[in-house]
Amino acid sequence: MHHHFIDRRINPKDKSLGNRQRFLRRARARIKEEVNKSIQDRNISDIGNGEVVTIPTKGIEEPRIRHSSTGGDRSRVFTGNREFVPGDELEKPKSGGGGKGGKEGSDGGEGEDAFRFALSREEFLDLFFEDLELPDLVKTSLREVNTFKRQRAGHSASGNHSNLSVIRTMRNAYGRRIALGRPSSEKIRALETQLAEVEARAETSEGADAEAIRLREELERIRRRIRAVPFIDPVDIRYRRFENQPSSNSRAVMFCLMDVSGSMGKREKDLAKRFFMLLHLFLERRYEKTDIVFIRHTHHAEEVDEQTFFYSAETGGTVVSTALDEMSRIISERYPTSEWNIYAAQASDGENFSGDSERCNALLQSDIMPLLQYYAYIEILDEREYDIFQDSRSGAALWRSYQEVNADWRNFAMKRIANRADIYPVFRELFAQKDRQKSMA
Amino acid sequence: MTSEKNQLLFDGSDWNFELLERTYHAIEEIALDDLGLDVYPNQVEIISSEQMLDAYSSIGMPLMYQHWSFGKRFVHDEQMYRKGYQGLAYEIVINSNPCISYNMEENTMPMQTLVMAHAAFGHNHFFKNNYLFKQWTDAEGILEYMQFAKSYIAQCEEKYGPEAVEEILDAAHALMDHGVFRFRRPPKPSVREKERRRRERAEYEESQFNDLWRTLPGKAADKLPPETEEQRKARMQAMQLPQENLLYFLEKHSPVLQNWQCELLHIVSKIAQYFYPQKQTKVMNEGCATFVHYYIANRLYDLGKISEGALLEILHSHANVVMQPDYDDPRYSGLNPYALGFEMMQDIRRICEDPTDEDREWFPAFAGSDDWRGVLKDAWANYRDESFILQYLSPTVMRKFRMFLIADEEKKSHYAVSHIHNEAGFRELRAALARSYDVGRIEPDIQVADADLRGDRCLQVQHMAHDHIPLEPKDRSEVLKYIRALWGYNVSLESVDRSSGEVIQKVLLTEQGEEDLAAKKEETLSYEEALLGVAV
Repeated sequence: MHHHFIDRRINPKDKSLGNRQRFLRRARARIKEEVNKSIQDRNISDIGNGEVVTIPTKGIEEPRIRHSSTGGDRSRVFTGNREFVPGDELEKPKSGGGGKGGKEGSDGGEGEDAFRFALSREEFLDLFFEDLELPDLVKTSLREVNTFKRQRAGHSASGNHSNLSVIRTMRNAYGRRIALGRPSSEKIRALETQLAEVEARAETSEGADAEAIRLREELERIRRRIRAVPFIDPVDIRYRRFENQPSSNSRAVMFCLMDVSGSMGKREKDLAKRFFMLLHLFLERRYEKTDIVFIRHTHHAEEVDEQTFFYSAETGGTVVSTALDEMSRIISERYPTSEWNIYAAQASDGENFSGDSERCNALLQSDIMPLLQYYAYIEILDEREYDIFQDSRSGAALWRSYQEVNADWRNFAMKRIANRADIYPVFRELFAQKDRQKSMA
Repeated sequence: MTSEKNQLLFDGSDWNFELLERTYHAIEEIALDDLGLDVYPNQVEIISSEQMLDAYSSIGMPLMYQHWSFGKRFVHDEQMYRKGYQGLAYEIVINSNPCISYNMEENTMPMQTLVMAHAAFGHNHFFKNNYLFKQWTDAEGILEYMQFAKSYIAQCEEKYGPEAVEEILDAAHALMDHGVFRFRRPPKPSVREKERRRRERAEYEESQFNDLWRTLPGKAADKLPPETEEQRKARMQAMQLPQENLLYFLEKHSPVLQNWQCELLHIVSKIAQYFYPQKQTKVMNEGCATFVHYYIANRLYDLGKISEGALLEILHSHANVVMQPDYDDPRYSGLNPYALGFEMMQDIRRICEDPTDEDREWFPAFAGSDDWRGVLKDAWANYRDESFILQYLSPTVMRKFRMFLIADEEKKSHYAVSHIHNEAGFRELRAALARSYDVGRIEPDIQVADADLRGDRCLQVQHMAHDHIPLEPKDRSEVLKYIRALWGYNVSLESVDRSSGEVIQKVLLTEQGEEDLAAKKEETLSYEEALLGVAV
């Protein structure tokens, strides 16, 4: 009987990707709700790893006309009888259900209320940052410094050897060899063996000599032909061609500024960290390369690594301007604005050394804001203070002087948060995809 | 010892294509020459676990159109699999010619042996020989048809938008169970012919379209005289009413559907029809495949072609597959079709080879017959689950499973054990078990009774209930909405008890929502009663 085996493992996977996308689109609203909710009770650093979501089945159920599991008269066959005899009676369970078959009923029931599945990292973040946008990309319009990106652009007859396209070259060579009738090496080998046989016979038989001469001539002719039609000719050679495509800056650096003086407790740092992580995730999706610079400050500022930034304790006063100084220094040393998109996020509890706030204002206005794409300031309040400081006009000296910056610069934003649940809404508000209105101005 | 070892088809658990080929031939020899199976040519495809998940989600078809519900199944299965809640099937087999079976690459060589015997010979023989499959499905044309369906639906998505296509497919899927002909096979032109005709039709319509006609004043519909009885009969006949195939009816008669929408209904109903025999032969199909792999594995071992280790591995999987938990086991979820089918078929062989007096009394036709292969092949060819159980379930098997029958009557406060596996109970047990495999009873009997085309165009759907068993109300409402969307006008659904003729329920779905007509009637009655009370 005719049969065959086929190895399908090499076939493309993700045959059902289209179906998956259709499903996500269908359940989009609900999945999104879940995704947004999940931010509140999950560790932000895990967010990037995708997410298992459980969504209600409303809108994704597939109804069929079927029999109700209760009502009517029915009989069912079961297996594994041990002690029953005809006439035995069994109590019906109170809450309906399918009696002995109740397990099936309840299983199905659970399955209907909630549907659980895993989103990939990409899908999760897509939904997570949906309708968020990076604030005005000033760089492209004001300081048009184009960087170039090399892009494949077909093939060319000249180029660098490292860009040799072997496939193209061999294809051309093959075509040329066929067209010019280059004899194959098999043919030579065949002739050679034939010749060897004939020569071996030549000692005994007469006609073999003539045959050998004929073969030698033939062989010589073919060898000439082969020399005339090379295996690869310079005309065959093709190189992959690249073109420089102007592209907008694809690198971003994010400055995280945080007050680590004694007044910033574990809770405040944790909230700040969540905000920074969100911003980082967001930038990571928009730029090919994102750097993070952590600057912590008390009465003096220094650049530190992430671990130290979030977890080591420091004592001292609070002079915010030191951090801003440090930031300008690092920008001028390492991050020329022509190559980098610069973002800054600052978290603080709002305290500052008296008189320093004015200096911060001046520094931002004159030195820093012109270099930046965006500056987000979040003030972390005590939950008890939150109600008092609802009004954005009231606040400590730092808040007041930042408000002046806020009024002058469109790419400056400031918000107050008091607990975890605030972070995501505030983040969304900061990056909402609309003309940001200067409500605080 | 060494000579015996040399005869082994394989040694160890790793497989490669050479070993598969060699083993396939050994299996084929037993399947064809010993068992005398008759199979379609085989196409065995090796796939990865991801591809198996893909295959799962498109109900096992190698080609399927795109729909979100397949994606839902996919993300669900994927989650279950990744978390380890659920293993994947070792194989999937498709009723087509050539018969395509998928084997997972993760399978060990002994497992590949089992899977080839199971799918490429067991299922394959069943597909090719069972009367339901022969009569109702088109193994030659199914892949070609699916190719057409897939590209047609993709074209529709492009032309009319994915949302519009989704709307129709959602509705059609909800009616899939009621989109089959249960009793007769519809005459059908070939796929290509159909597609050509459809295109011609579309072109003709486009060429004839003239917007002017729309502005002509139409006849007032409500001026039509009432229909006479003869007219009604003629119309019922012309519309093929009553009609059990709801998708077919809507495709042919819906006043609101466009051609492409009708075609989508046709595609879904065609797929439903293709799977309809599988629904009715779960026990037999799996039983046949399991019996075949069990027989072949043992034969291979007897012939010294597989090692004891390989046989043990095969038997271990086999035992898992045919495990039947007791009713009070948490794993119990009804009868395991593999277990029941396999036991019954093993028992048929036993009755042929070594019958007891009881067997001779119950199965005089074949007890002691020397041709168990012939008896089994006859059963595989000519029965479906319901009739197979009714014909072949033996007291031995009922005793082995320790079956008992529980009666659940709505009016009684207790379940009653009505019969058990003893002399007095065998026949009742067997009949009741057979009934529970009757697809006509598992699925509600829904028909289009009439459509009032002269009046408000209300579509009348009737449910013939068995033993007062009602429909699941939530799903019923949802599906009615889909029917209304496809029909374009109001839809009523009436549940009538088959034996008493009593109307259990009657609902009407209008634009405003669902109305309970039965309840309304009661209300007016009580109102009249109230009036009467006042008059008295």
